[in-house]
Amino acid sequence: MSLSSHIKDHQKEKEVFFSRIVISSLIGIGLIGIVILRLIQLQVIEYDFFSDRAHGNRINIRATLPSRGIIYDRNGKILAENKTSFQLVVIPEQIDEIEETLNKLANLNLISPKDINSINNEINRSQKFKPVTIRSSLDDKEMATFAANMPNFPGVNLQPRLIRHYPQNEYTSHVVGYIGAISKNDLNRLNRTAYDPNEKIGKTGTELFNEKRLHGSPGFYQYIANARGREIPINSNSIFLDDKPSTPGSNIYLTIDLQLQKLATELLDGRKGAVVAVDPNNGEILTLVSSPAYNPNLFANNLTENEYRKLQSNKDQPLFNRAVLGTYSPGSTIKPIIGLAALQIGATNLNLRHICKGFYSLPGNTHRYRDWLHTGHGSINLHTAISQSCDVYFYEISNKVGIDVMHEYLTSFGLGEKTNIELTGERIGLIPSTEWKRTMFSKAEDKRWFPGETVIASIGQGYMLATPLQLAVSTAALAMRGKRFQTNLVLAHEDPLDQIKEHQEIVELDAIKIDNQKHWEEVISAMQNVMQGNGTARNVGKDAPYRMAGKSGTVQVISIGQEEEYDEDNIEEKFRDHALFISFAPTESPKIAVSVIIENGQSGSQVAAPIAKAIMDKYLGY
Amino acid sequence: MVNMKIKTQEISLDINNNFNLIKYDGPLMILISITCLLGIFILYSASNESLDVLNRQIFRIFIAFTAMMLVSQIPTEVLRKLSPWGYIGGIILLSMVLWLGEFGQGAQRWLNLGIRFQPSEIMKLSVPMMIAWYLHEKRLPPTGKELIVIMVLVIIPGLLIARQPDLGTSLLVIAAGLMVVFLSGIPFRYIFSLIILCIPSSLLLWKFMKDYQRQRVLTLINPDTDPLGAGYNIIQSKIAMGSGGIFGKGWTNGSQVQLEFLPEKNTDFIFAVVGEEFGLLGVLTILTLYILIIGRGLYIASNASDLYGRLLAGSISLTFFVYVFVNTAMVIGLMPIVGIPLPLISYGGTSMVTLMIGFGMLMSINSNRKLVAKK
Repeated sequence: MSLSSHIKDHQKEKEVFFSRIVISSLIGIGLIGIVILRLIQLQVIEYDFFSDRAHGNRINIRATLPSRGIIYDRNGKILAENKTSFQLVVIPEQIDEIEETLNKLANLNLISPKDINSINNEINRSQKFKPVTIRSSLDDKEMATFAANMPNFPGVNLQPRLIRHYPQNEYTSHVVGYIGAISKNDLNRLNRTAYDPNEKIGKTGTELFNEKRLHGSPGFYQYIANARGREIPINSNSIFLDDKPSTPGSNIYLTIDLQLQKLATELLDGRKGAVVAVDPNNGEILTLVSSPAYNPNLFANNLTENEYRKLQSNKDQPLFNRAVLGTYSPGSTIKPIIGLAALQIGATNLNLRHICKGFYSLPGNTHRYRDWLHTGHGSINLHTAISQSCDVYFYEISNKVGIDVMHEYLTSFGLGEKTNIELTGERIGLIPSTEWKRTMFSKAEDKRWFPGETVIASIGQGYMLATPLQLAVSTAALAMRGKRFQTNLVLAHEDPLDQIKEHQEIVELDAIKIDNQKHWEEVISAMQNVMQGNGTARNVGKDAPYRMAGKSGTVQVISIGQEEEYDEDNIEEKFRDHALFISFAPTESPKIAVSVIIENGQSGSQVAAPIAKAIMDKYLGY
Repeated sequence: MVNMKIKTQEISLDINNNFNLIKYDGPLMILISITCLLGIFILYSASNESLDVLNRQIFRIFIAFTAMMLVSQIPTEVLRKLSPWGYIGGIILLSMVLWLGEFGQGAQRWLNLGIRFQPSEIMKLSVPMMIAWYLHEKRLPPTGKELIVIMVLVIIPGLLIARQPDLGTSLLVIAAGLMVVFLSGIPFRYIFSLIILCIPSSLLLWKFMKDYQRQRVLTLINPDTDPLGAGYNIIQSKIAMGSGGIFGKGWTNGSQVQLEFLPEKNTDFIFAVVGEEFGLLGVLTILTLYILIIGRGLYIASNASDLYGRLLAGSISLTFFVYVFVNTAMVIGLMPIVGIPLPLISYGGTSMVTLMIGFGMLMSINSNRKLVAKK
């Protein structure tokens, strides 16, 4: 290395440096140019796109829930309504010491100490600015307690909420039903867009059947929210926020008469059974009671798992609607219909007598079909056979009528068919026929219909099953001398906004064909004798100021052997006979038809008939 | 008469000297002050009108200005003589970080020696100072052997910082060192061969990158593949930028900012706040201020009285440009997210002080020239 190489050339260095500065500046200007071009692309060319996205970022949508329709009885008495209930909520971000606050609330008995853990979990899971419900449905006393201590609880608030309330409690539970949280099953059948996951939905009864009408449709509103979803109040008009109000659900007027409903419930007095009353002139259900019942408010107030299990495992099955879902052997209550069928096809006439010795045997067979009266009714005609409920008379004519004719007429009265009442899960019951037996059984020997089966079918035993509702509906058809109406549980529905009531249409069904009007009158007169003459229930109706007709039925729950005696005192209660009664009044121009069933009630004429009469008295104003 | 004249000259010279007791550069001072003042307004909106954030930032600016003024009083010669010691001290501190450093957000960057600071910040200045010191007596352009020494001087702190890991700062420190080399006039063939070398080494770098660093690169290429995850930042900042349009939504009126859709809005993404609330015009204003500051820096560098001052001033100015470019390019989705704040505006103390000390050095170099010119 020469010495000269160490001599610095300051001027040249300066020039080189300067040229490098120039090069750097050019590169820098180029790079800034790229940045500026990109900015123009974003802020000028793609402005609309990004503007929309910024708008979309902050606009959130929230559903506004509709208020549920109110359910009334036919006279405008409230059966289901919406009541304001207060709940305690905490806003976690407004509380310094959540643990301490919860403990203080527990000390005031406003929350249960054992809930504190789950509340804490809930709080930790949710966003800090969102209210967390820590207690629902405070009563007046609890509200007062909290109000007095409110200054000590910053961040804890009372929040109003609409809950469903059933002011008639047990009286209307099986008709009105209840609402509950939306389950997975519900989600599958619902229109999901119409529901908010926190909403409640009809689970049984009218609440379920008329869900769509009662629910209404939700609206929505848009709001500004930040990146974490917190709602931000807006202070400028530059932002257009869309909204659509919710449409409240329709109010529903049921055909039920609350007074009758209460009376029937009280008369059943918690015994297992059902009472159904129908207006025969239009098919409106006046009373539909299944006993025992439950308090639907338990469900509306979020009953606990334990409470629900208790209701479900109760052996009297209070959740089971016996009136619509319970099927019973109709027993002697079908005798008037069998009598009409026999008259119509000529299997008997009004004068034909049969001798009742207390039992009946099919020709060439020694098996004895016994009459309930062991001593026998002697020589009687159809009229007496109905009023005295003689079994042997019907045994005698049974095979002349035949099971398929019985099936035809029973069905024409609405038995073995859905009444299409506005309740979910209605049972069809069963009216057997040779056709039915052929298709129901698989073995060849079981497919055959036996004459003996026809014999017991003639007094409503054997395979035959009917719901209390069907019995009431068929009784209405009897009362109307064959005129039938579609069953209605809903009287009208009302738009809550304009209060315009729309009445449910009354639909007349095909009339029952009984050619001779005298046959109707004779059978009904025999039924009147049941209650007011010399019939099985004569004590029940003898002093009444109006004319009523009825027919008792006492149905075996277990079969009694050929030579055994039925001794009610020695039989366990659940194996005792069911007591049935059908009736209507006044006989000449019927206004009400009633069916009563009391499980294990022993005697239709003594136990069930007085209930039917009391309901008719009340309805007819006596 | 003549005597008198000399006397007045002496007096005026004295006054001049007295006046120069506090040395500063007027244009630079004004530009920096305007930028910091605008920064305070922007930060007020970005922080959702938090006076707390504002007070702390004003305090930091005050500290940083004081540091700048103190440094600008130091003669350039003193700075030069301190350079190797600064470098050695910095390396020691960086090594200490790896042993004793405090963790934060998955990285070990902070050292607590009475005051908490990031030693990597020191290297942003001491690396170019060291290289300038190393080259100032040499004949330029540097020889191959000298270049190797320089490379070693640059790579050591670069690696130490990358280990923390702090890839962004590491690259900035290396860049600051390489700026000096570039300004020293190395032939372009070296530069091109370096660029060619970069290709295999970037593949090597990819191999050593942490997952989140790779993710940032991948996200840049296509942010929409992961809109709520890694791509979220870029998407939201582009939305903020783009929706600002030409005139912006107005101060404290940016929905992306105020509703917190924009992440890191006080720090790395504050440029998007400018874009949303003040639009293209606001963004161009800020860029103009930066260009003027850099231009003034390059002017000072070009007129520096010695090689050391020239190289250091040039490097400080160009590194400042790198900050501006990397941050703005990142916010508008032209570069991966590398955690570099927007100089003088982003919330944060350490980088502010480092920047201002750099400007103090620029002022010192400028005063040195005036002094020399007077002599």
